[in-house]
Amino acid sequence: MKQILIAAGCILAMVTGLAQAQERPLRIAFDVPYEPFEYRTPDGELTGFEVELAEAMCEEMNRECDFVVQAWDGMIPGLMARKYDAIMSSMSITEQRAKRVLFSDPYYRTPGGWFGKKDTNVDVSDRSAMEGMVVGVQRGTTMDNYVTENLGGIVEVKRYTTADDMALDLESDRLDLVFVDYPVGEEYFLTRDNFKEIGEPVKLGKGVAVAMRKRDKALAKEINKALETLKNDGTYDAIMNRYFDYSIKM
Amino acid sequence: MPEFLSELLNQNEIFTATTVMHYWGGLTTTVQLVFLSLVIGLLMAVPLAILRTVRNPFVSGPVWLYTYLFRGTPLLIQLYIIYYGIGQIEGIQETFWWDIFRDPFYPALLAFTLNTAAYTTEIIRGALMATPPGEVEAAKAYGMSWALRMRRIILPSAFRRAIQAYSNEVIFMLHASAIASVVTIVDLTGAARDIYSRFYAPFTAFIAVALIYMALTFLIVYAFRRLERHLLKHQSPLNQ
Repeated sequence: MKQILIAAGCILAMVTGLAQAQERPLRIAFDVPYEPFEYRTPDGELTGFEVELAEAMCEEMNRECDFVVQAWDGMIPGLMARKYDAIMSSMSITEQRAKRVLFSDPYYRTPGGWFGKKDTNVDVSDRSAMEGMVVGVQRGTTMDNYVTENLGGIVEVKRYTTADDMALDLESDRLDLVFVDYPVGEEYFLTRDNFKEIGEPVKLGKGVAVAMRKRDKALAKEINKALETLKNDGTYDAIMNRYFDYSIKM
Repeated sequence: MPEFLSELLNQNEIFTATTVMHYWGGLTTTVQLVFLSLVIGLLMAVPLAILRTVRNPFVSGPVWLYTYLFRGTPLLIQLYIIYYGIGQIEGIQETFWWDIFRDPFYPALLAFTLNTAAYTTEIIRGALMATPPGEVEAAKAYGMSWALRMRRIILPSAFRRAIQAYSNEVIFMLHASAIASVVTIVDLTGAARDIYSRFYAPFTAFIAVALIYMALTFLIVYAFRRLERHLLKHQSPLNQ
């Protein structure tokens, strides 16, 4: 009897669709730690720019939300496997990703930054000066795509899994430059005294957005509406100013 | 590239000419890395195995220590130590060694060579120890010197016994080389990881590369079977 009830409930939920869907908690995935976007406080609580934005978004949507922690490598497969309904983990909009997931409107964009050793002197915007340089990037990131597409034949690209490995190779002169997400660069390179920022940060990509399954079009609409409100009523700015000295709003 | 192939590639989004070339680059790197480390490793292993069988502990001891160290630690750790460790040595950037070790290929080649040499040394030593005493005594009775005995009797007989175990070592080495991608080498696995993270298609990227590894393994198995048939002909039935 119980099973029949559950089955009937499932069918009912599917049939009534939207109205029922709003009752279920919305599960949002983050890859922690990725400071200052999502990380844990010393007492284990999830926090960060995207976490707070997600909380505000859920409140605006009037929906209960569950936060799920998922490693980056399995992020999109986990979404497909219905382990969660949305990703808010600094996922930039790219053409390839858009083939697999549905993106909301973008909610932030950080520039990419060039970093090198203190004695490095090169004009990163001058293609001929960049000839033959060895550049480190994190595999599969927007920065990787940018360097591969714009400087592919000019520089030698080395792809790393973690920023730690990149910092080691930059320190031992295996790399001339690294090109990373600006906040990551701030964290890894500007906090040590033998590295510095080189040139200007580069604005790239279409921004970061909430990723959902392709079929969840109604959810996307709802999320877009909530984000729009937060951006206009000052909530977004208040959260952003708590974490950044510069604007990442878009 | 042939017409029909490029036409076929136009049909799908992942296996474009660019990604196929990326896999091809990975294949050549893997083959170079594995082949060179196996050849150098084997050349090192033969004299080391002979030294390992010498009774004097001051000769065999260091070889024992070497094989113990390299068989007792994971290859990944050896690779990390050699690749990142060398870069941390003070002042190495100013010496000519840095021209070699700056490139990730040579630290990886060094780690792989030392690792496979350690295993191969033990394989050959085992085969040397198993030489029937009668063969050695017969050689001595003919008045052969130690060197002649080694060259004509003991080593050829040991190689025949070692070949099956060594073919396993070659296959293990091919598969172990997959870790080269952690030090930024774009070998087969590195190429697959690049393509995976670009297209978010783990199955397609990794199954394609698994098939290439299987094809390579098949070639190795086939080559060793031919070699065995040739070297162990005297053991096969007459009317075959």
